[in-house]
Amino acid sequence: MTARAPAEDARPARAAAPPSPRRSGGTSRGGTGARRGTRLADLAGVGPPLALFCLFIMIPMISAVVLSFVRWNGLGTPRWVGGANWAQFFRDPVARTSVVVTAKVVVLSYLVQTPISMALGLFTAGRQRYRSVYATVYVLPLLMSTAGIALMWESLLDPNFGALTALSRSWHLGFLQQNWLGNPGLTLYVVVAIIAWQFIPFHTLLYAVGRRQIPAVLYEAARIDGAGPAATFWRVTLPQLRYTIVTSGILMIVGALTYFDIIYIMTNGAPGYTTRVLSLDMYDVAFLQDQYGYASVLAVILGVVGIAVAVGLVRFTGFASMASQQEGAA
Amino acid sequence: MSARAGRAVALVLATVWLVIVIAPLYYMILASFRTQGSYLTASPWVPSGGLSVSSYGTVFGAGLGRYLLNSVLLSAACIVLTVTICLGAAFRIVRRTSRFAGAAFVTMLFGLAIPVQAIIVPLYVLIYKMHLYDTLFALILTLSAAAVPVSVLIMVSFVRDIPREMIGAMLVDGASEWTVFRRLIWPLSRPVLATLSIYNGLNVWNNFLLPLVLTQSSNVAVLPLGLTKLEGLYSVNVPAVMAGVLLSALPLLVLFILMRRQVMNSLGGLTVR
Repeated sequence: MTARAPAEDARPARAAAPPSPRRSGGTSRGGTGARRGTRLADLAGVGPPLALFCLFIMIPMISAVVLSFVRWNGLGTPRWVGGANWAQFFRDPVARTSVVVTAKVVVLSYLVQTPISMALGLFTAGRQRYRSVYATVYVLPLLMSTAGIALMWESLLDPNFGALTALSRSWHLGFLQQNWLGNPGLTLYVVVAIIAWQFIPFHTLLYAVGRRQIPAVLYEAARIDGAGPAATFWRVTLPQLRYTIVTSGILMIVGALTYFDIIYIMTNGAPGYTTRVLSLDMYDVAFLQDQYGYASVLAVILGVVGIAVAVGLVRFTGFASMASQQEGAA
Repeated sequence: MSARAGRAVALVLATVWLVIVIAPLYYMILASFRTQGSYLTASPWVPSGGLSVSSYGTVFGAGLGRYLLNSVLLSAACIVLTVTICLGAAFRIVRRTSRFAGAAFVTMLFGLAIPVQAIIVPLYVLIYKMHLYDTLFALILTLSAAAVPVSVLIMVSFVRDIPREMIGAMLVDGASEWTVFRRLIWPLSRPVLATLSIYNGLNVWNNFLLPLVLTQSSNVAVLPLGLTKLEGLYSVNVPAVMAGVLLSALPLLVLFILMRRQVMNSLGGLTVR
């Protein structure tokens, strides 16, 4: 998204020519006085959100980096330990497990959510009335809080009284009788599936809007050229959805990377460490073990990886040039 | 494969997903109308064998009303605060009257990539030092701050599309910058304000981590946190927990029914322009 900024720069240059009265109006008010006026206006306008942002986002981010070099339990005086916390990270088997679990959650989430969201998005983009009914129902999970979703699935998957267990009994479907949230080989996949249930609705909306923005002319041209449904999908729909694919992908990956709520409520990392993602490990180290310094190492890693993934995807997929194409077309 | 067969396959798959979405919700609604006893004995899928509304009484007795009120207050405060201050900022950034506004814009854009998880430890320390720990005020400030980057970005790209000639003409007629903002920018920006209110409101309403870390007592607990408190209290009373989950989603459901198209277009169109 940041990549858009350069493309904008062309605008004022073009736009500056006609409304020159504005410029002269400004100077006639008298040089420094006017400038001080606009500076005050800028301060009054931009100041409040900037102050809020710096105090509660920017300064904590910098503090997290500083904290990662101290040892502190939150009560006494912080003690400077140099790179000791960072060295600890590379020796810590739990942290290593968390990194692997997080990577699995990210990759699986992306692979599961992207095709389903795209298919559902293309389906709901259709103008038929029943499709808009489907689209409305699909949105429902978006209205639930993560905590609510976690509690709902937790009781649904209960191995003794849960709804799937009841199904397995009445329909004799043995495979539905599982210890869904306590089986080390299974629970991670259950968690990924529930995360997908929660987030596919949002990405479906993105794809539906993306599909509706593709000019109908392109489909007409494809039809005249004798392209079948498959060719139309590969040659028209998919390339035209590039922007949506990248945006949705970034949101999916960064979201999965920092995923916390459902796992905290449903499994708290169990069984064993099989669902202990990095953000959960960080929470545990900080607020249950009171190791603020070491927790900050984990926090900084989360932040840096998040930024790197976002920037990397933007670069890798040529998002910047696509964004400016969109600008030009608009 | 003919186009017709393709459409049939699509419809079948779409219906499968429809069932996947509806089935858990149906289960939850049904379970919330059970008593603790009938939940254990009756089928979770068939609405027979005794339904009751007693769980709804239970959760209100356990303080759900208070959590609901806290969530409404918090969301309303965050929406108003974010929308007002960010639109003002977007106007100044688009006007490009000084380098300060541009630099501030770039600074705030950095926030787009910073996850709350990465700053939660210093944030906790900061809120504690400001004597705001365990207050709704702490949540209002931090959640509004977290909404600033995305709000400013989207508002800037919206305000930028308001023709400069209109602003220029008003200034020539002797209007002040403040008048331009109040008479032109504010009214024209209503659609984007609605979009951001919905998006930010949903994020604030459902946020879990910040209330978990920054508050503690029941009288400032918001709904998501309150639900987990409810579960701690009634871990064996599943109907009560389900009733709580359902009630906590109800306000959003009502809003959604009232403005369905607006909500869907807002969320879907947020990232595409």
